[in-house]
Amino acid sequence: MKKVFEKTNGLTDVPMRYCPGCGHGIAHRLVGEVIEELGVRERTIAVVPVGCSVFLDEYVNCDGIQGPHGRGPAIATGIKRTHPECIVFSYQGDGDLASIGMAETIHSAARSENITIVFINNAIYGMTGGQMAPTTLIGMRATTCPSGRSIEVNGYPIRMCELLATLPGASYLARTSVDKPANIIKTKKAIKKAFETQIQKKGFSMVEILSPCPTDWGMTPRVALKRVQNEMIPYFPLGVYRDWESRGKKEDDVKVAIEA
Amino acid sequence: MAEKTLMKGNEALAEGAVRAGCRFFAGYPITPQNEVPEYMSWRLPQEGGFFIQAESEVAAINMIFGAASTGIRVMTSSSSPGISLKQEGISYCAGADLPIFYANVVRGGPGLGNIAPAQSDYFQSTRGGGHGDYRVFVMAPNSATEMANFPKRCYDVAFKYRVPSMILADGLLGQMMEPVEFDFEPIDPGSIPAPDWALGVATGRNKRVVKSYDLRPGRLEDWNIERQKKFEMIEAEECDWDGEGLEDCELLVSSYGSCSRISKSAVKLARDSGLAVGLLRPITLYPFPKKIFRDMARKVKNILVVEMSLGQYVEDVQLSVEGAVPIHFHGRPGGGIPTAEEIFEIVKKIMRK
Repeated sequence: MKKVFEKTNGLTDVPMRYCPGCGHGIAHRLVGEVIEELGVRERTIAVVPVGCSVFLDEYVNCDGIQGPHGRGPAIATGIKRTHPECIVFSYQGDGDLASIGMAETIHSAARSENITIVFINNAIYGMTGGQMAPTTLIGMRATTCPSGRSIEVNGYPIRMCELLATLPGASYLARTSVDKPANIIKTKKAIKKAFETQIQKKGFSMVEILSPCPTDWGMTPRVALKRVQNEMIPYFPLGVYRDWESRGKKEDDVKVAIEA
Repeated sequence: MAEKTLMKGNEALAEGAVRAGCRFFAGYPITPQNEVPEYMSWRLPQEGGFFIQAESEVAAINMIFGAASTGIRVMTSSSSPGISLKQEGISYCAGADLPIFYANVVRGGPGLGNIAPAQSDYFQSTRGGGHGDYRVFVMAPNSATEMANFPKRCYDVAFKYRVPSMILADGLLGQMMEPVEFDFEPIDPGSIPAPDWALGVATGRNKRVVKSYDLRPGRLEDWNIERQKKFEMIEAEECDWDGEGLEDCELLVSSYGSCSRISKSAVKLARDSGLAVGLLRPITLYPFPKKIFRDMARKVKNILVVEMSLGQYVEDVQLSVEGAVPIHFHGRPGGGIPTAEEIFEIVKKIMRK
């Protein structure tokens, strides 16, 4: 029989344990495809977070290191500085990247570490069972804000791409979504561009991927996708926030970001 | 080789690590260890190595964790509060069986404490320090020359057993200038083949994973039991100590690190006045040289433990001699440093009884 579709060589055959409707599986596949297409599989090292994607080291078909919660960018820094020939990416959730690991995220961008971050923003702590995340939307319920996130008590969700765009060291920043096929294709493009940024030694790159978490949102996969479209995207606008290629000098870029 | 150079203890430590093959250092400023990162910032690039001033101690230890996963010789250093911050990362290194080397140039605690020399991080150093069942190979130098030469031994043990290793110093050793003599030729890390677990370019081999977790039932227990065997081997093979006057002493004074230098002067005062006093100084704090303490407990009438903390080191002496001989204690906390005369007075009091 003729084979019409094949799993990417960038992933292993280990079955993923994610919940139905979770965005991690899609994001993993896109990363795997990009690694394969760029021909860097044998020199790629995955930095694996704490959270639902802690098993990434089993799924991705390259070397991997699983480290402390939020410290992915520091771990990636240690590897990349001593092994510039390797392609190093850190895969992180919103609690990992924007809460406990905020300092490492900002400083690796400020240093323009030549690493790539794949940031899954699903506005919730998944692995621990649905607590409020730094990106939980106003009014959205979580187990630690059962009546919904309130500005008075919990403050505002953090927009990471916009925040990092103020740093001249951030060379490529994009926010995408896996809510529909068109956006999945754009997500893959962004991941590829982020890896290319690193291959061409242009410095820090990050793709923020808006992703559904039906289980901890208490929704069906279908309704969860609607939430991404109707609630998340309006607060977290999709787009490229920085691109070393299409803009001029990094200094000019900062000005643009500040004026905007 | 035999040439002596006048160096600060912290600089000797940094140079010793570089000569022992260290090619990556990440650290964060904290007194009294600042000379270590300062020295590394210009010295490592000379050898083709890498230095990063991290945004925090937490980031520094995780940069070390990442770099160590590629099988190279890495180092971080800090002082007490900073070492507390690094403990999670050190535990991950232990859990992932990664060889790392770090130094704690101890200051007075707890909390922010002060910047005076202290030995109050003994428990933290010798019991693992972070979460989980593991130990760290701990060496306690008492001179700038030992600060320079011990990093090599730390790397040797760390790579032999795949465990974290450390030097437990203090502000006195870090800041004091002394003539330094290296007892080994500089090591070219390029001549050491990469270990078979190291991450990196994977052409022609299966993927490798460095991790400290295993959620499958029973597996983590097995993994820990397997790791424990390494620590048993370290305890059997790697103990080191130094002593004087052990043949004929009636009172054994015991201290480690900088405090052992002071105790040495006190023992000399006692010997000069005709008292049969000896000195036993552990060089490795983990593994603790229990056997020599057990042997000495059979020979002497009393043991006096002197430390710059309130009864941490003394517990290992007590565990070793198991009540076989009376143990007297003199501790100075919070940055207080005992004098030789002060110790000599206590020695006289014990021996008069």
